[in-house]
Amino acid sequence: MAEDWLGVEAAVSASEGEDEGQEDDERRHQRLLEAVSSLSGRRRRKLAERTEASVQVSEFNVSCKGAGEKLVLSELLKPIKPKSALGSVKKELSRVKQKKAVELPLSKEEAKRVVREAAYVTTSKDVGKWQEVVLQNRRAEQLVFPLKQEIATVVPLEQVASAWKARTPLEQEIFGLLHRTKQPITDPLLTPEETASLQAMSLEEARQRRAELQKARALQSYYEAKARREKRIKSKKYHRVLKKSKRRKALKEFEQLHKSDPKAALAKLEELEQLRMQERMSLKHQNKGKWARSRAIIAKYDMEARKAMQEQLAKNKELMQKVQVELPEEEPADVPEDLPSLPIPTGASGANPWMLGKPSDPAQEPEVQEGPGDMEVSGAVERKEEMEEEEEEEEEMSEEEALLQDFEQKRQARQQRAGSPEEQGADETEAVLEQPGASPVHPVCAEGEQVSTAGGEEQPQQAQEEEILLSEQLERVQTLEDVEALASKEQVEEQEMLVAPRTEKPAATRAKKRVQQQEDSRAGDKHAKNPPAKKKKKKMISLQAVLSGKAQDVQCPTMPVVVEEEDGGTDQRRVITEAFAGDDVVADFRREKRKAEEESKPQPLSLVLPGWGEWGGTGLRPSARKTKKFLLKPPPAPPRKDQHLPHVILSEKRNIHATAHQVSELPFPFERHQQFEQSIRTPLGSTWNTQRAFQKLTAPRVITRAGHIIQPISAEDLPSTATAAGTGAKPGLEAVPREPQQPFNRLRK
Amino acid sequence: DVSVTLTAVPRNYDPALHPFEVPREYTRALNAAKLERVFAKPFLSSLDGHRDGVNCMAKHPKSLSTVLSGACDGEVKIWNLPKRQCIRTIQAHEGFVRGMCARFCGTSFFTVGDDKTVKQWKMESPEYGEEEEPIHTILGKTVYTGIDHHWKDAVFATCGQQVDIWDEQRTSPMCSLTWGFDSISSVKFNPIETYLLGSCASDRNIVLYDMRKSTPLKKVILNMRTNTLCWNPMEAYVFTAANEDYNLYTFDMRYLESPMRVHMDHVSAVLDVDYSPTGKEFVSASFDKSIRIFPVDKGHSREVYHTKRMQHVITVKWTADSKYILCGSDEMNIRLWKANASEKLGVLAPREKAAMNYNQKLKEKFQYHPKIRRIAQHRHLPKSIFCQIKEQRIMREARRRKELNRRKHSKPGSVPVVSERRKHIVAVVK
Repeated sequence: MAEDWLGVEAAVSASEGEDEGQEDDERRHQRLLEAVSSLSGRRRRKLAERTEASVQVSEFNVSCKGAGEKLVLSELLKPIKPKSALGSVKKELSRVKQKKAVELPLSKEEAKRVVREAAYVTTSKDVGKWQEVVLQNRRAEQLVFPLKQEIATVVPLEQVASAWKARTPLEQEIFGLLHRTKQPITDPLLTPEETASLQAMSLEEARQRRAELQKARALQSYYEAKARREKRIKSKKYHRVLKKSKRRKALKEFEQLHKSDPKAALAKLEELEQLRMQERMSLKHQNKGKWARSRAIIAKYDMEARKAMQEQLAKNKELMQKVQVELPEEEPADVPEDLPSLPIPTGASGANPWMLGKPSDPAQEPEVQEGPGDMEVSGAVERKEEMEEEEEEEEEMSEEEALLQDFEQKRQARQQRAGSPEEQGADETEAVLEQPGASPVHPVCAEGEQVSTAGGEEQPQQAQEEEILLSEQLERVQTLEDVEALASKEQVEEQEMLVAPRTEKPAATRAKKRVQQQEDSRAGDKHAKNPPAKKKKKKMISLQAVLSGKAQDVQCPTMPVVVEEEDGGTDQRRVITEAFAGDDVVADFRREKRKAEEESKPQPLSLVLPGWGEWGGTGLRPSARKTKKFLLKPPPAPPRKDQHLPHVILSEKRNIHATAHQVSELPFPFERHQQFEQSIRTPLGSTWNTQRAFQKLTAPRVITRAGHIIQPISAEDLPSTATAAGTGAKPGLEAVPREPQQPFNRLRK
Repeated sequence: DVSVTLTAVPRNYDPALHPFEVPREYTRALNAAKLERVFAKPFLSSLDGHRDGVNCMAKHPKSLSTVLSGACDGEVKIWNLPKRQCIRTIQAHEGFVRGMCARFCGTSFFTVGDDKTVKQWKMESPEYGEEEEPIHTILGKTVYTGIDHHWKDAVFATCGQQVDIWDEQRTSPMCSLTWGFDSISSVKFNPIETYLLGSCASDRNIVLYDMRKSTPLKKVILNMRTNTLCWNPMEAYVFTAANEDYNLYTFDMRYLESPMRVHMDHVSAVLDVDYSPTGKEFVSASFDKSIRIFPVDKGHSREVYHTKRMQHVITVKWTADSKYILCGSDEMNIRLWKANASEKLGVLAPREKAAMNYNQKLKEKFQYHPKIRRIAQHRHLPKSIFCQIKEQRIMREARRRKELNRRKHSKPGSVPVVSERRKHIVAVVK
């Protein structure tokens, strides 16, 4: 508004400058009017000024000379000079002129219909993306609902409790009481530190820790099992060796004790002395017991009894030996072995390795001999040279270990034979763990290292020991007497050895021989028995063949066909006869019928059980009397229905009683009866299938879980390929084209 | 180990040692079929407490143990199924409660009644001292006959003279969808493609709508009126319509020219239908005082439930864990049935489960054998239904014969053969 006003002022001042006569006055007046009118707020269009004198004036300030004349559109387009530049435009213009007016807009109904159709097409396309999933689910072998397995989350108590408020008077009263006593109502179950620590431990760590714990537990159970097993071992030798090793250990400990705490060592020594005294008091190893007396009687004739008695005496001697107490710490070295069962051969009687009752073994004998010798030395002679002694002890230890390992391996072998490969593996690991027994490392902490070494070091050792074992066996079981001697001495070992492959050899050969002999004899029997039977059979067959041949010969000439042929009737007949010249149809039919008759005859039933009441076995046949007795002859079948119908075969196979249970017509999904029969023939039950197969065969089609809400399928369940609009929907649709007039087909066109 | 040797049973699967597998399995199948029938006791309990016929029911979307029901006297009851108790009663409307639905989150539910109102209620019972009042009440101009809630958004649809789509926050509908003028009896949202709606009106048609474009899509006109429809929860484009002509029709919404399948067995108008959440079966309630369970891909029912006291069944629901069926009937009771009549409830031992699966497979394997089929298919029916079935069989046979005769005695091609599926479709309107 303000600008307008200023503009008007300027215009007025400018007009005053060029003041010229009346025209000017008029103009000024006009302007004034304009200015005034523009004050009203609405801007008015300035009226055009007419400067030329003319009759007809257009409102757009254009004088038009030829107003009376008619203007033609084409003239306008015509160039001043005739040129064809706008020719095309002209043509088009003319074409436009010829065209009819624009059509009326569609009626409301029609428009809506078009919209609906378009919407339907797009929507059904959208929905079509589910096709693949739907088909997949329909064909699925098994569906488990709910499709998304939710993991139930437990809402923490604080959250639940925080939303709840006391409303009723009773509740308020209770809460008032609680507040008064300042009871914690919503205690956080975990302190922040605890939660932090929980978060700090990652899943991996937790897993690792769990694995470690599991390992430890497994090891513990292994050791327990091992201890139990060892406790059950009956072999005396084993225990002997074990005790020996224990004794060594005790000795070592004692020495250590002596170094560290001489007082305690002395006390222990006294205890040992006590034991020696007890031994002296008792009559235990003096060959005066009942058993010893009985042995004494036998000893005259039996080397072993004598040996046993000698052992007893040796033991007694050893136990009663006074420990030389030069240095109090060394004496007990031998005494801790005092345990009565220790058979340490003394120089006189026990030095003979043959008397030890051990398996004679060239490889081990020297060692075994050395062992006791060392013992003596260690028991009786100097202990000052500690270095030497240690070395010796180590040697001994190794021997003992070797022995122990022997036992272990024997046991392993036994178990391998009995148990599964898994158990075997477990035992191996046990053995591996046991072997470094000299260093009593705690199983749990040492376990990792041991396992790591197992692969590299232990296996060669085992291999060596195996070799040793094998050599032993070779020696031992050279003669039958050896085996028997073994049997009398070490039953357990003997059992073990017998099953080992090399020991079996002689026995096996012997058995083979026996078997061969038997076979020979049987074969002889067979040869003796079989030929007549075969001959008989042959005779039978030939008889039948002859019979059948005869029948054919008799029946052939009676054919009516043949007669007709001879007659030489009409052409057609001739043609037929020519066509069937080669084969005798009627004879074939008769043969067929005879066969059917034979088959329908009830067969005799043999209930003979070979071996009952007489000798049985391969090559033996039950006696004729027995076969006659137990051969059940069925009653003769009722006469056939086609008995008097020479040209008909009536099958009597159909069992009326069974038909009630049989399917009369092929059920729907099957296309051939073979398919259906196959489906029936395959059994489902666990009687005929392994457990795994049974579970697979009987898996239900749909699995739902009680108490689980099954949500409708959602877009997340769509495979990613199907979600790509349009492209995903196509393959599914093409897979199952249903009808020719589908919306999609139309779309594709 | 001892434990292993105790449990492991060494077996020799040599077929020569286990002869007669087919006869033995046949006998087992026969026994299984017999036992199935012996143990078929589907009826669990009836929930009584309504003082008028039960007109509609709704499932709780988050709780299996809760079910809502509305009666013809305007009363709404909320039931606890494990206890078989009514836990809450609301006088919601004057006149019928026409329809009800729960919100997808399970915090509230909607009811529509003859008093032209839509009411939203809290699912939880009112606190101490609070009054039982709806959260919202919308007063409409016309009577609403049905309601359904969107499966994901805060949107619901009502039907009456037109299909209205409402935002929960507003008191006027977002949009109204019409196609012709007639009273629409039911409207249902598609549970998978949630923008799709299906409705059925009393001028015998089924109309599909798209909420995004706020336009109807297509209309199918059947021979007789469709009472309700239900979308398959696992197959986005499949829905089943319960028709007055005793049949149910399963449609593929992309090809409405003929239904995928016609399910016939009822002998009176089918009033309600609900899908099993697995999408493999559906249950239908009928005026003939029975409910039937149909496999989706079969033309006939696999099961029929009825009791002496059950009258016209108006509404039926399949619970969300697919184990039970609820039906509300004229005589004021809601009945709870097992979906699988002979199923053992409760925890099964592994061996029991294995035996059950085995028996099931045996029954499937030998289902075509006459004796087994006879046992497995045998159902007891009340005399009224039985006689009606017989009567209708005769009628159908007569009709068929007449058509055959007509075809025989007229110019070839003038009486075309119309398949059963196409017979019931009058037209498809674009």
